[in-house]
Amino acid sequence: MSFNIYKVNEELRDFMPPEILELEEKATWGNPKRGVMDLPYAKELLEEHSLCAGCPESDAFRYILASLPNPEDTIIVNSTGCTSLVFPHIALHTVHSLFGNQNAVASGIKRVLEYRFPNKVKDVVVLAGDGATVDIGLDCTLQSFFRQEKITTICYDNEVYANTGGQESGLTVKGHVFKMAPKGKQWDKVPMWQLAIDSGCHYVVRMTVSSPRRVEQAVKKAIYVAREVGPTYIHLYTPCILEIGRNSDEGLEEMKLGDKERFAFFEYMTPQAEEVIKRKKEEGLI
Amino acid sequence: MGNNGVYSGVNKSGQKIVSPDYLLFEAPREKVFMTGSEAVKEAVRRASVDASVSYPITPQSEAAHLIGELWVEGYVGVYFRGESEFGVMSEVAGCSMAGARIITTTSGPGTLRAMENFPMWAGSRLPIQLVLMARGVNSPLSIQPDNLEISFLLDTGVMIWHAENAQELFDMILAGFVVAEKTDVHVPIITAIDGFFISHTRESIMIPPEDIALPPYNPYMSPTPIIDAEIAPGRYIKDPFVMKSNYISYATHASWQWEVRAAIERSRPYAKHYLRGLVEEYGDPEAELVFVASGTAASQAKEATRLLLDEGIKAKVVKVKSIRPFPHQELLEATKTAKYIIVPEFNIIGWLEREVRAAFYGKSNATIIGTPRVAGGMTMPPEIIYRDALKVLGKEVSYVL
Ligand SMILES: Cc1ncc(C[n+]2csc(CCOP(=O)(O)OP(=O)(O)O)c2C)c(N)n1
Ligand code: SF4
Ligand SMILES: [Mg+2]
Repeated sequence: MSFNIYKVNEELRDFMPPEILELEEKATWGNPKRGVMDLPYAKELLEEHSLCAGCPESDAFRYILASLPNPEDTIIVNSTGCTSLVFPHIALHTVHSLFGNQNAVASGIKRVLEYRFPNKVKDVVVLAGDGATVDIGLDCTLQSFFRQEKITTICYDNEVYANTGGQESGLTVKGHVFKMAPKGKQWDKVPMWQLAIDSGCHYVVRMTVSSPRRVEQAVKKAIYVAREVGPTYIHLYTPCILEIGRNSDEGLEEMKLGDKERFAFFEYMTPQAEEVIKRKKEEGLI
Repeated sequence: MGNNGVYSGVNKSGQKIVSPDYLLFEAPREKVFMTGSEAVKEAVRRASVDASVSYPITPQSEAAHLIGELWVEGYVGVYFRGESEFGVMSEVAGCSMAGARIITTTSGPGTLRAMENFPMWAGSRLPIQLVLMARGVNSPLSIQPDNLEISFLLDTGVMIWHAENAQELFDMILAGFVVAEKTDVHVPIITAIDGFFISHTRESIMIPPEDIALPPYNPYMSPTPIIDAEIAPGRYIKDPFVMKSNYISYATHASWQWEVRAAIERSRPYAKHYLRGLVEEYGDPEAELVFVASGTAASQAKEATRLLLDEGIKAKVVKVKSIRPFPHQELLEATKTAKYIIVPEFNIIGWLEREVRAAFYGKSNATIIGTPRVAGGMTMPPEIIYRDALKVLGKEVSYVL
């Protein structure tokens, strides 16, 4: 465990901002049973955020960060997009490098960490938007699945290029009018969860973030399976309330609608993944 | 440092760790006859390399295969084939961020495909080594030697060295890690050669024994934290993401770009030491006719000075070993007596000529002539350089081509 790096140097304690002191004192380190139920009590790994007020991506961040089983040894690789503005606020080692290369960067990190620390568990998680994961980065995403990289990939699907002002993406639904699709999108939403299955992911889940507990379960399953077996993929509906004209208190309602239709909960696992999940459940870790 | 410059201990491959100076300058060397690609293998074998990621493209593929063999032999820790040069250059970035000494290789279209990564490497202060075996750039498709691609890399924020032959490539690869990994430098290093001419031809080179190697990379000497969750601060993003709309962010971004360039400048004394100078002089020290060249064009220019001497014309060659940082001072010093500076190049646009002109503007009265320009796989016989030099001097060309 590396939570030593969160310990504050005694000589500097007087000068440290309170949120850094709280990370040492009140965040949950070294406890794989941590989860979303800690949210009201423990120090969160996200220090505020810079998304639009009420953006469901912020819920997703909070639930995911609260659910990482091994945060003190978890590295998150991000890509450009609304999500990237949040990363400087996350109390982990994280990476932003380019738009769409996140799974390639993560592959390099994971392999080298396995080589440098053969006796330690270091989890590598990718977290990026739909444009990054499925359009510009699809090659790197799928190739990391083909290569069976032991990483968890999380896609925040808001069905649009949000950060650049609302352009059609491959995950926009057919017919929807966005910028660059002024006559409405001409082709179907890409079924990325299915591509993940076909490309070799061992655990795949498609869902909204309307239920914190369900997000926790998915994150833990995906990370444990990635550790032992191979790539895992989490597809989350995090609607861009700004681009679909929803108010800041309407994100949850939009996701609950999603739960009933195109983001109805869907889970897939290979027999190897099932074995890991069963064992982790028996150990009380999921 | 212990006896004979031997550092204590062995690396992960069981080789004795020696000082860079011992490995490069003092260790006994043995003569071997090998290709440039094989020289890459032998340099990597002695470099305590942690990782390498490959992708096929002529003429660099063989070097990448041979690094794969080293992985099988246990000299390299991580090795695989990536999905494209864009993917590979991102994968090696990940390897470097996680604390590995990493090397990769590419050529021509591969370099251009990977392009977005190079400024990212520099901005992330990753001391990645790329061995660039230059070839033509599309279109039309060509696999032939041509070093146009180096011009695209000049302003990406990486160090660039240009080797003349396999011996220099061997030594530059070892020196490249040492210089690029210095804490006050810590930027990428591209060690370039002219593809085929060096990668695929055999020459005699002198190499130290294979049971000694460079000290392993110490990632905790990096000026920015490594991404391994082992080093403070716990809240750390690589790289400092400053895309907020305020003047502090803008100023941060601007100063970071300055800092990357400043880091390259700080490599000068180290590079001077380990390369034995950023330039190399050959021929008549007082010559009025001076060729400034890099890579294999320097070899050809050296031959041309011999032909010119037959005509009673004294000439010299100043070979530029480091393109980034560019050796302005050394070049001015080495061309003090020059009336004519001729820059022969293996590319159509003359990027070295541009560099020389920019460096000499207002500082030298010599006439600068960029010729010949050989590209697309054509060879540069010394007779052509000789002919062009005679024309510049207004002399009759008597040598029969
Ligand atoms: C190579 C490259 N192309 C385009 C962009 C511009 N760009 C930045 S963010 C972004 C949209 C990101 O969309 P998505 O991944 O869906 O994330 P979101 O903002 O919707 O969360 C785009 C197109 C870029 N930064 N780099
Ligand atoms: S633009 Fe959309 S996705 Fe981005 S922060 Fe605002 S609501 Fe969230
Ligand atoms: Mg999006």
